[in-house]
Amino acid sequence: MGSIRIGLAILGLAVAAATGPAAAQKKYDPGASDKEIKVGHIGPYSGPASAYGRIGQAIKAYFDKVNADGGINGRKIAFITLDDGYNPARTVEQARKLVEQEEVLLLFQSLGTPSNSAIHKYMNQRKVPQLFVATGATKWGDPKNYPWTMGWQPSYQSEAKIYARHLLETKPDGKVAVLYQNDDYGKDYLEGFVAGLGEKAKTMIVARASYEVTDATIDSQMVTLKSSGADVFFNVTTPKFAAQAIKKAAELDWKPLHYLNSVSNSVASVMKPAGVEAGIGIISGFYIMDPTDPNFQKTKGFGAWSDWMDKYQPGGDKKDNFNVYGYTVAQTLEQVLKQCGDELTRANVMKQAASLDLTLPMLIDGINIKTGPADFYPIEGEELRRFDGASWASMGKVYGE
Amino acid sequence: MEALLHQIFAGLASGSIYASIGLALVMIYRSTHHLNFAQGEMATFSTFIAWWLIEGGWPYWGVFVFTVAVSFAGGVLLQRLVLRPLEKAPVLTNVIVFIGLLVIFNALSGWLFDYTIKAFRSPFPRDAFYASRFLSAHEVGAMVVMLCVLAALYLFFRFSSLGLAMRAAAQNPESARLVGIRVSWMLAIGWGLAAAIGAVAGMMVAPIVFLDPGMMAGILLYGFASALLGGIDNPWGAVVGGLIVGVLENLLGAYIIGTELKLTVALLLIVAILTLKPDGLFGRTTVSRV
Amino acid sequence: MSSITNPAGAMPAAPDTEADAVTATAAPRRAWRAWAGVALLLLVLLLLPFLLKNYRVFQLTLVLVYAIAVLGLNLLTGYNGQISLGHGAFYALGAYIAAILMDRYAIPYWGTLPAAFLACLVLGFLMGFPALRLGGLHLALATFALAVAMPQMLKWKGIEHMTGGVQGIVLAKPEPPFDFSLFGVELGADRWLFMFTLGIAALMFWLAANLVRGRIGRALVAIRDHPIAASAMGINLAIFKSLTFGISAAYTGVAGALGGIAVAFVAPDSFPAFLSLSLLVGAVVGGLGTIWGAVFGAVFIQFVPNIAEGVSKSAPAAIYGICLIGLMYLAPTGVMGILRKVFERLRRR
Repeated sequence: MGSIRIGLAILGLAVAAATGPAAAQKKYDPGASDKEIKVGHIGPYSGPASAYGRIGQAIKAYFDKVNADGGINGRKIAFITLDDGYNPARTVEQARKLVEQEEVLLLFQSLGTPSNSAIHKYMNQRKVPQLFVATGATKWGDPKNYPWTMGWQPSYQSEAKIYARHLLETKPDGKVAVLYQNDDYGKDYLEGFVAGLGEKAKTMIVARASYEVTDATIDSQMVTLKSSGADVFFNVTTPKFAAQAIKKAAELDWKPLHYLNSVSNSVASVMKPAGVEAGIGIISGFYIMDPTDPNFQKTKGFGAWSDWMDKYQPGGDKKDNFNVYGYTVAQTLEQVLKQCGDELTRANVMKQAASLDLTLPMLIDGINIKTGPADFYPIEGEELRRFDGASWASMGKVYGE
Repeated sequence: MEALLHQIFAGLASGSIYASIGLALVMIYRSTHHLNFAQGEMATFSTFIAWWLIEGGWPYWGVFVFTVAVSFAGGVLLQRLVLRPLEKAPVLTNVIVFIGLLVIFNALSGWLFDYTIKAFRSPFPRDAFYASRFLSAHEVGAMVVMLCVLAALYLFFRFSSLGLAMRAAAQNPESARLVGIRVSWMLAIGWGLAAAIGAVAGMMVAPIVFLDPGMMAGILLYGFASALLGGIDNPWGAVVGGLIVGVLENLLGAYIIGTELKLTVALLLIVAILTLKPDGLFGRTTVSRV
Repeated sequence: MSSITNPAGAMPAAPDTEADAVTATAAPRRAWRAWAGVALLLLVLLLLPFLLKNYRVFQLTLVLVYAIAVLGLNLLTGYNGQISLGHGAFYALGAYIAAILMDRYAIPYWGTLPAAFLACLVLGFLMGFPALRLGGLHLALATFALAVAMPQMLKWKGIEHMTGGVQGIVLAKPEPPFDFSLFGVELGADRWLFMFTLGIAALMFWLAANLVRGRIGRALVAIRDHPIAASAMGINLAIFKSLTFGISAAYTGVAGALGGIAVAFVAPDSFPAFLSLSLLVGAVVGGLGTIWGAVFGAVFIQFVPNIAEGVSKSAPAAIYGICLIGLMYLAPTGVMGILRKVFERLRRR
């Protein structure tokens, strides 16, 4: 009897000994160590999309704060960011440099649909996380075929479907004109919008016009769209052209029901230059807070963000929502890395990224980040807001969750 | 019909944008026989300086004059410091230097003033009497300014002795030197004037297209096209060329081939015209004796 | 003297023939030395990939690709005096032809090269005819217009089913046909691709060198320097100039195909107008009117942007521009110009 009990005790101890330290064992893939975690990033700091370089700068400033506060589980973040000039061939080169030469643990927030398409296969073959890519293309949420790639923001198509739904609810006999950028992003939005309207798309969309990033103005396109007799305008343009479109619509005395894509709803970069009176009544989708909204400015989350801006990006523009975007997506990565604990392997990074359920201070109330092994779309909800001349006022409903 | 008129007027407005850069290019060609690729970026940089001063509270017209003066000085300085050592170098070496300048000015604009778009003030009030539903007050104002610059250029080259000296220096530097013209300084002044015209162009264009480092990227090619279409050494030609390009581009895009191939067709047409009339529509046919 | 017809102030081909004529007996020995040098270089290049990481090998492959592209441009602009600011368009064309053949028609990667060569040869030749009418600046503008319009043409709905439109085409990297290791390092896809590209590059450089050293080369230079005299001597300007355009385009097209295969992705955004300007930069920096200049030019356009990024995070392009201008001061006729001067000095001693 006694020996069996002793034997069981020894067995129990042995099992405890085997599992106990194993849980506290550290596991590292290239890019992770006791002292630091190497995070790679590729963004367009030059070339036609250089306005988005601001996001990389905001992310870096956030990680500066994280490091100053002691890092994640005692490890500092080494944030390595490279320029690809929005040229996919260069993205391939920079991605290879980060993975093969700098040996980063993961690639974070690489920006642009063609840029990410170029490295999609490579990252998955190499089994390196291509995490929270900065594009709304729908194809990033495909864990079955590309388990190492995940998006972050609501996909363009789901956003466009929200506009379509709102349109069908409020103005089912409207005639729609669409202005879109002649690339991935523009066409993705258009596709989602058409899908959202269903059968009515053929009868409701009366005019489409595209433009190239290299065009000087889109005045001609706006004239064409107005003269189609449309009374609804779906505006799929990047900030510079969005401002031009809003301004021109006012000049042409055209006041349609105006849906503006979320890429270009910044008060600082678009609404103000275009002229705030021209923007009254425009509807756009939001998932992160608009820093000019006085209601947001009263929240605690905004206070913390504002303090961070003062300390780590002094002189930065507090009206620029890229600073909110960068802050929030960096916080998402922070959460993922925290959840990894001491097991900083690439596989675990993806596993934790696929087990997120959190809300972040600068996300709009009611919108959260949720992922699962089959759900690689972290943010799916959006709230529609209407511009009132000073900021974007909530219309009350969160779609898409 | 209304839409057609709109398109034509919109084309005239954008055409005058192309024409104003075309004028700067004609200026630089007439005085140096080089085509400066960096003209657009220099104009953007000048406009940023003006923006910064206006943000700082200076009055508009004061800033306008100051920016033009500073740009003139900058252009002269650029020629003296950067281009003079390469006066004897092959043409393509100079072209590479222009490309280098293009890249540098663009990077400087972005670094100093960042990449978010900025609104630029227009000196012409929104509801002026010359505003119409086809052309905004600023578009009209910008066209008038461009025509004034054109007139000033024409008078300068045709009737002033300095203008004559500059034309001589460009056409035949050796003979010009023999007659006592300081050729090197003529080139420098040419650069200065081109930079000044570029600054004016930038300040007229920015209220329409918004100011950011990439402002002139798309416009430069059309500026080249306007200048060459009209005959590279003819300021009138640049203006007419620009207006033709602007209107053509709009009408093609709106009525004939749609916006997805607008750029391609517009450029094909320009090439076709140049093939048929190599000296441009108003250029002087040069005859060289063998 | 520089002029629009000889915009490069490029090296005439004369010195080679002069040297050959004067030192007729020394020619075989000199030729032997040249061949030995090239063989040594090739040997080094064959061993090098096994000493470097995959990523570096990939970069070197891109250098070879750009070298072929710049060589093509050099034939047209350096030797024949026709300024092209649109060779990026031929590069893009070659890349897309390779991608479409590999992706849609399952043609093996090596089979796409002849197709790219032929297609660009024909297109370049056809472009040569209007180019005859357009002089220096006009031709520059026309070719630049082509470069600017290329991305839009590639995005066109009408050919979207073939080109993949704005999304582009993802390619599979070719695997080596046999297993091999040296110094314990495996051959792998990157190193195999480097060898393959090296072979193609060697072949194309050899062809080009033969071309310019012979009668055709002299005809090209004659057309560049004294077109009227050349045509008086019986050279058919139209055919020659158009053919040169064609061959130049073909070279750059093959380079584009190789580039597309190396990067394993083609999209309209990969071929902006700046690519054409970069190729011209490479040609001038390396040395117009030279064969080896293309290699130096390619090294410049591949590595200097990377170095610039290391120097300045906030304005790397400015560093690139400064390097460019600085290089033009030090070497107005390119790296080959400097090297030639150095060799002359050494020879005199």
